[in-house]
Amino acid sequence: MFKKTAIAALTAASLLTLAQAQAADYAIDSEGQHAFIQFKISHLGYSYILGSFESFDGTFSYDPENVEAASAEVEVDVTSLNTNHAERDKHILSGDFLDAGEYPTATFTSTGFESTGDGEGVLSGDLTLHGVTNSIEMPVTLLGEGDDPWGGYRAGFEGSAELALSDYDIDMSKFPEPMHNLELYVTFEGIRQ
Amino acid sequence: MWRNSRQGWGLFAILLHWTSALAILGLFALGWWMTGLDYYSNWYNLAPWWHRGVGMLLLFIVAGRILWRLVQPSPEAHGSALERRGAALGHLALYLLMTTVLISGYLISTADGKGIAVLDLFTVPALISDLPEQASRAGVVHWYSALALIILSAGHALAAFKHHYLDRQDTLVRMVDPRLARRAKPDKTTGEQA
Repeated sequence: MFKKTAIAALTAASLLTLAQAQAADYAIDSEGQHAFIQFKISHLGYSYILGSFESFDGTFSYDPENVEAASAEVEVDVTSLNTNHAERDKHILSGDFLDAGEYPTATFTSTGFESTGDGEGVLSGDLTLHGVTNSIEMPVTLLGEGDDPWGGYRAGFEGSAELALSDYDIDMSKFPEPMHNLELYVTFEGIRQ
Repeated sequence: MWRNSRQGWGLFAILLHWTSALAILGLFALGWWMTGLDYYSNWYNLAPWWHRGVGMLLLFIVAGRILWRLVQPSPEAHGSALERRGAALGHLALYLLMTTVLISGYLISTADGKGIAVLDLFTVPALISDLPEQASRAGVVHWYSALALIILSAGHALAAFKHHYLDRQDTLVRMVDPRLARRAKPDKTTGEQA
């Protein structure tokens, strides 16, 4: 008798969790700036230039009961690039590099997710930058999730990927080899919808 | 000596005119050359440093020039009514273009809120920054207004030569010799004769 009640209670509890977890769509909190897209690229092989894209929007889907269905979609305003140096930003956005006049938007659309452990996985997807689309794989980590103090529910991730700029038709041949790749780092906090 | 009159330009206006003429030509050539420099050129950082510094000094010179032009009399224009109206419009356009080139250049370098170091002498603070795509948009304005300024300046120079060689007027000479401003009254042989 006791056993039966316990099982019923457990079932009810798990069903409840499942019901909550099904609402797994999150909007990236760009408004509250709890989300960042940063990049790091070598300068001459001696140090790094750090920069970020300040304006972007996106959504992701994440259900702890069904992690393989996780997905993400992000749209980035390329012109919002900032490396704390106006003339360098202007140069990076010019036709020499990102050609933001022609390609003002970069997008990422996930195509799959593979769990590699508790709260970890590899998100694969199509990254479009400078008008060129490539499939990339980005290892991502769940940083945490839970109720926020303002009545919402949040989950946060981080991920990084190394991009070869030549894959995106960005010519870095005038620069030393360490500058030919960059490291992309993203961290997104989403508010459950 | 320093002041203008209806007969000619004073020394101050003459100095302002030729300093800005020289600076505009130099800055245009420098700007054109430096934007094509290779990243590994010795001048890659130094050329823009001079361009920004001299540009900011020119901004002050042009501001002073406009002020001086407004408070001082201007020598009488030569030529037909149409020529005089054309000259007035052309000069107005030159002032507008100079102002546009200088302000847009300032807006490029101050787009992220940092001031412009003027030849290690002082720093001009950033007053307007973080407008959407400020540096790129100001850059487009800077290039086209500079190009327009150079083309119009060439027309300005041609007109001066036309007055000097074809019309035999003192238009060019009075922008060189401040003594013409000290003449008592218009000279019949060089003044109004159209």
